[in-house]
Amino acid sequence: MPMTELQIEREVLIDAPVDVVWRTITQPDQVQQWFADRVELDLKQGGRGLLVFGDQDDPLVIETVEPPTRFSFRWNYPAGEKPGPGNSMLVEFTLAAEGERTRLRVQETGHELHAWPESEKNRYAEEHREGWGTFTDRLARLLAERPHR
Amino acid sequence: MTPDPDDELWSAIGDPSRRRVLDLLVRRGEASASWLAGQVPFSRQAVSKHLAVLEEAGLVSPRKQGREVLYRVEAARLDQATHAMAQLASQWDRRLDAIKRLAESAHAKTKSKES
Repeated sequence: MPMTELQIEREVLIDAPVDVVWRTITQPDQVQQWFADRVELDLKQGGRGLLVFGDQDDPLVIETVEPPTRFSFRWNYPAGEKPGPGNSMLVEFTLAAEGERTRLRVQETGHELHAWPESEKNRYAEEHREGWGTFTDRLARLLAERPHR
Repeated sequence: MTPDPDDELWSAIGDPSRRRVLDLLVRRGEASASWLAGQVPFSRQAVSKHLAVLEEAGLVSPRKQGREVLYRVEAARLDQATHAMAQLASQWDRRLDAIKRLAESAHAKTKSKES
């Protein structure tokens, strides 16, 4: 079981068929219109890409290309390192047809904690069973409850 | 712009036991490791370890009072964590909105050509 990680999940219902949405999120000239100023994508598993934001370049590596339902890539990893769990963020798009429309879901997850020693895992196992999940809600609640100084 | 997630911060809050410790500190205002250990189902040693990680991430700070060390939450840092999280989420909301507009107008064009 992975340790709790940063996780963001968002979705939108689009009044267009799945293949149109697929092109919007995978064709560089389209991606340039919603993501970065300039986009390069080698659309295949393991393919590299580049997102240019102003004078900042963000490289990415594509993990999954399953037209027209799944597309994922990793980014935000240290320069010179191979992106993987623990050193990068994984962005996953899932497309599902709903009649003529498409439900597009995006998840951004990453920076998993390194595995803990077995003894600690056991000690916290009980706690973890009840406590898994994204921490956004919890964090928001924490803030709401926080007494103002 | 890409977000700049703070590994230390995420790791510190990512663990449920640590969130519990943080949660207790938020409610209590200030507390010692022994008091915290009395509130949670894990050992005093584990509490100390969690406090060390939280302190490392700047989320709590210690203060010596007599023989005791009291910990309190660093509100600004907690705000920062929440804002970073909210910012990341709202970036995706904006991107998804843009994708929706693009795909829908592309689709509308195709449809009008067909008819």
